[in-house]
Amino acid sequence: MATTQIRVGGLGGQGVILNASIIGKAASIYEGKHATLIQAFGPEARGSACSAQVTISSEDIGYPYVKNPDVLVLMSQDAYNQFAPSLKPGGLVLYEEELVTVDGRMPAGARAIGIPATRFAEELGRRLVLNIIMVGFFAGVTGLLTFEAVEKAVRDSVPKGTEDLNMRALKKGYEFGRETKLV
Amino acid sequence: MKADPKGVLSGVHFIDGDHAACEGALAAGCRFVAGYPITPSTEIVERFAARIPKVGGVFIQMEDELAASIAIQGGVWAGHKVMNVTSGPGLSLMMEHLGYAAMTETPCVWVDVQRGGPSTGLPTLPAQADMMQIKWGSHGDYEIIALSPNSPQECFDLMIKAFNLSEEYRCPVFLMMDEVVGHMTERVNIPPADQIEITDRKWTTKKPGEYKAYATTSEDLVPEMVKAGDGYRIHVTGLTHDERGYPAMDVPNQAKLIPRLLNKIRNNTEQLLDVRMDGCDDADVIVMSFGITSRVATAAIEAARAKGLKVGNLRLIICWPFPVKLIQQLAEKVKAFVVPELNMGQMVLEVRKAVEGKVKVISVPHPGGTVHEPETILEQIIEAAR
Repeated sequence: MATTQIRVGGLGGQGVILNASIIGKAASIYEGKHATLIQAFGPEARGSACSAQVTISSEDIGYPYVKNPDVLVLMSQDAYNQFAPSLKPGGLVLYEEELVTVDGRMPAGARAIGIPATRFAEELGRRLVLNIIMVGFFAGVTGLLTFEAVEKAVRDSVPKGTEDLNMRALKKGYEFGRETKLV
Repeated sequence: MKADPKGVLSGVHFIDGDHAACEGALAAGCRFVAGYPITPSTEIVERFAARIPKVGGVFIQMEDELAASIAIQGGVWAGHKVMNVTSGPGLSLMMEHLGYAAMTETPCVWVDVQRGGPSTGLPTLPAQADMMQIKWGSHGDYEIIALSPNSPQECFDLMIKAFNLSEEYRCPVFLMMDEVVGHMTERVNIPPADQIEITDRKWTTKKPGEYKAYATTSEDLVPEMVKAGDGYRIHVTGLTHDERGYPAMDVPNQAKLIPRLLNKIRNNTEQLLDVRMDGCDDADVIVMSFGITSRVATAAIEAARAKGLKVGNLRLIICWPFPVKLIQQLAEKVKAFVVPELNMGQMVLEVRKAVEGKVKVISVPHPGGTVHEPETILEQIIEAAR
């Protein structure tokens, strides 16, 4: 059974839930896999800790929570500090390199790959698209989702009129992810 | 009859259980909700309030749960399909009107997105601890039907089934969700309207003057219905009433009415059997579960089978009426039942009652706030198999 468990972490307002939702939607609707998204539910405020859990599987998903993720997608230092120790041995950390500094708290054999996503977002004109760049980066590095699937999921999920900007953000993150993977 | 396309959002969606439940209600024909929103059920009424103006219907935010749970019943007698959406603390306040719906045979769906209790408890975290409250929480003898979804897809599918059953049996039907299922996002397929089967209200064909609001036959214990404004003189009361619906507070009328209210459900327990069974035929141990716990139990059962144990998986879709006969039949064949649930032992009491001490019944309780660890259930399966 091919199952991948993902945790996305960051701050309220960064688009953490939307990021996770796009990954889940791409997998379940456009790739025909099973996907379950559980979001941290509590006081939701801009700037507070925020995280979401996504399980993607070729089979039915039973236990819905992610305890030891295969992949972490991180957009804040707090999220890294909190979740890095829970990563599966040999797991993958994808992080925004200006917002997160990785240290020794990751388990043995883990791989961490950074992306200057905030810088890219600023170059594209809006910092807001940071989370979409991270979606592209996730898809590019892991190869878990095709570009076509995430493209459709992003189009479905973002406000009307922002599709082009978000497409550019997605492509930027995806291409950076592909190149990084080849290194 | 088929669903009204206006309420059916056909397509493939990636939505949570609360939103899927709302879409199920709209597809089933629900056109009126009087709500008093409460976590973790809020998103159901939030979506309903946003969607209903385009579908054609009404949402009212009421002053409290008492008002909400009785206003919906007014909507039924005006001819509409309605639902009542709440969670534990709200449900406690609604208990009087649950009895009213049962007594007046007002078809309505009650959605309880269960959270940790008692009292205000854990507003944002799951439990399955209202299972006995819905059955016994209102005073007097009554029967209800309760369904337990374990995914957003089932929140949609079982909501439609809940509406259909409420019309067929004219009783309150509960959709017993929990916080995990309510806030879990998965793929939800909503079929085209012409593929959704809807049960219409049991409208009378009798003329005014001939019609009696609570007249039944020995074959059919569910009376026919009319709505206000159609020219029928009707009287609806929570008092013990006669066939016309007028107060008749005496022993003969009580002795006629109350058994009928119970028997219209109890006599149909077999028709209302809805379970999923896997590997129960040659099992030594059967794990019985419902709702979100059934997904965790499945993980534990797979682990137990990997150890060579013969474990059956019995999942209740309809929890009330409880499938007594099925449990008794299975008790003839197995060594033990293991019953995990997100409460300190509620539905396990029904299993114990059914098996009458013939086999071991092991409760795997949990005070709520999260789901079981599959390992906890696995340990009890191993214990039961000894």
